[in-house]
Amino acid sequence: MGIEVIVEGLTKSFGRQTVWQDVSLTLPPGEVSVLLGPSGTGKTVFLKSVIGLLKPERGRVLVNGVDMVNSPERDIYEVRKLFGLMFQDGALFGSMSLFDNIAFPLREHTRTKETKIRRIVMERMEMVGLLGAERKLPGEISGGMRKRAGLARALVLDPQIVLCDEPDSGLDPVRTSYLSQLLIDLNAQTDATMLIVTHNLDIAATVPDNMGMLFRRGLVAFGPREVLLTSEEPVVRQFLTGRREGPIGMSEEKDEATLAGELRYGAQLSGPPGPLPAQLEPSPGLPARSAVRRRQARVRELWDELPAPARAALGAAAAPGPGERA
Amino acid sequence: MTAATRLAGPLRQSGRLFALAATTVREVFRRPFQVRELVEQFWFVASVTILPAALVSIPFGAVIALQVGSLTQQLGAQSFTGGASVLAVVQQASPLIVALLIAGAGGAAICADLGSRTIREELDAMEVMGVSPVQRLVVPRVLATMLVAVLLNGLVSVVGVLGGYFFNVVLQHGTPGAYLASFSALAQLPDLYIGEFKALVFGFVAGVVAAYRGLNPRGGPKGVGDAVNQSVVVTFLLLFFLNMVLTAVYLQIVPPKGA
Repeated sequence: MGIEVIVEGLTKSFGRQTVWQDVSLTLPPGEVSVLLGPSGTGKTVFLKSVIGLLKPERGRVLVNGVDMVNSPERDIYEVRKLFGLMFQDGALFGSMSLFDNIAFPLREHTRTKETKIRRIVMERMEMVGLLGAERKLPGEISGGMRKRAGLARALVLDPQIVLCDEPDSGLDPVRTSYLSQLLIDLNAQTDATMLIVTHNLDIAATVPDNMGMLFRRGLVAFGPREVLLTSEEPVVRQFLTGRREGPIGMSEEKDEATLAGELRYGAQLSGPPGPLPAQLEPSPGLPARSAVRRRQARVRELWDELPAPARAALGAAAAPGPGERA
Repeated sequence: MTAATRLAGPLRQSGRLFALAATTVREVFRRPFQVRELVEQFWFVASVTILPAALVSIPFGAVIALQVGSLTQQLGAQSFTGGASVLAVVQQASPLIVALLIAGAGGAAICADLGSRTIREELDAMEVMGVSPVQRLVVPRVLATMLVAVLLNGLVSVVGVLGGYFFNVVLQHGTPGAYLASFSALAQLPDLYIGEFKALVFGFVAGVVAAYRGLNPRGGPKGVGDAVNQSVVVTFLLLFFLNMVLTAVYLQIVPPKGA
């Protein structure tokens, strides 16, 4: 089973500019979570803080009992072997072929024989659709291919926590859907905890078990996907519908006057959310995701705290029986 | 507050530079040792420095020979030209030429390489995969610059001395016998040791400074350019200062021959 990631009171700033403050959330073990947010709200910074590349000023990130913010480098390096991080543009080693790039973690951390490395790497390359490109250098392939190679490299050690930084950017819609399916299949097979940072609405609507959103230097919400997808919060609604009307402006946020003006002219901030798109299922032939069962149990415990629209979206099936209610 | 921050900036930078130097020394002993990377880097640094070093050291040796030669002529100590010019080449000119080339050619390339890898997030990716970039990339580079510096110093000394000999004997009509005799009268083995020791230290400093600036470029391709520029300038400043300190200490603790 995947590993729980607990984030407590995290605050990060660059100089005098606060990126976000007091972010607390828990990535439930083995579940897929998505972190949304307009461009420039520090989503990537958040990912890098979780894995200990950036050091937030306050708060902590607990993974397997190790604080990724304040622990000694040695411990952090050990815990990082549990992670697979897919960088926004792949971050492949420019001097190595795709094959060597993907084999890199295997060669560094395991004593696997070359023949076995070859088999594993080819398997991963097939998974992300890069067979035949293994001798190419990262400079010779397209951005989308680099990205998929980055994903293959992140997955080669069977990580228990997978972090994806905008898996969709630079990919066409078809490949994005394939990638979404790939992530769900992966979760079904390995039961890894996943955090996907994105502003792609399709991924947000169909992939995750849980969703969160960063805006205005803070975490707006984090919870089961139904809570955010049905949320009445203006920021969340505006983002999920992709409209201009709402608190998000071209440059991060609108000033109060513009927002008031919009309201005066009767711009609708929140339309009634339609029926929720269904979550992706693992491909036929794969085991069911055990995260689904665990999430059901979790949602039942939370039931009384959930807002009414979220309860409706979850449906009667998810509701706890009369006896279960505390 | 502004005065404090203005003071704290450089202090923090030098502190982090020293921290990187210490980490580098520590990581040298961590397995697995990156033999392949070391060989590649060694070959690379050697290939960009050997030819320029040889070409620079001939005129340098000549200039010293001519200058010392004309001075000794005025003083009437012509027979000591050889010894004096050889000492100057072996103790001073040779390590400094090595320093200039290691920093200017090798260090600049190392800094640009690491800098562009940093902005492409390659080093972040390495750290995320639990591999220390210092152990994997910096250590082999620093060892390579040190090794090349030591070997290059030998080459530059030899070429410089030969150049001096040629100019003194052929152009200034000195006698070969006097040149060699004064050489063995004034020079001693520790002079060579200090030259090599200086080269070793210069190689280390050049490697660490280049790596430090390469690992911390300030945003974007322009940042890498600036980092390379700064790394060369900072290395020069440090090396000339170190050279002064080492020379002063050496002259204090090692008595000159025959004294």
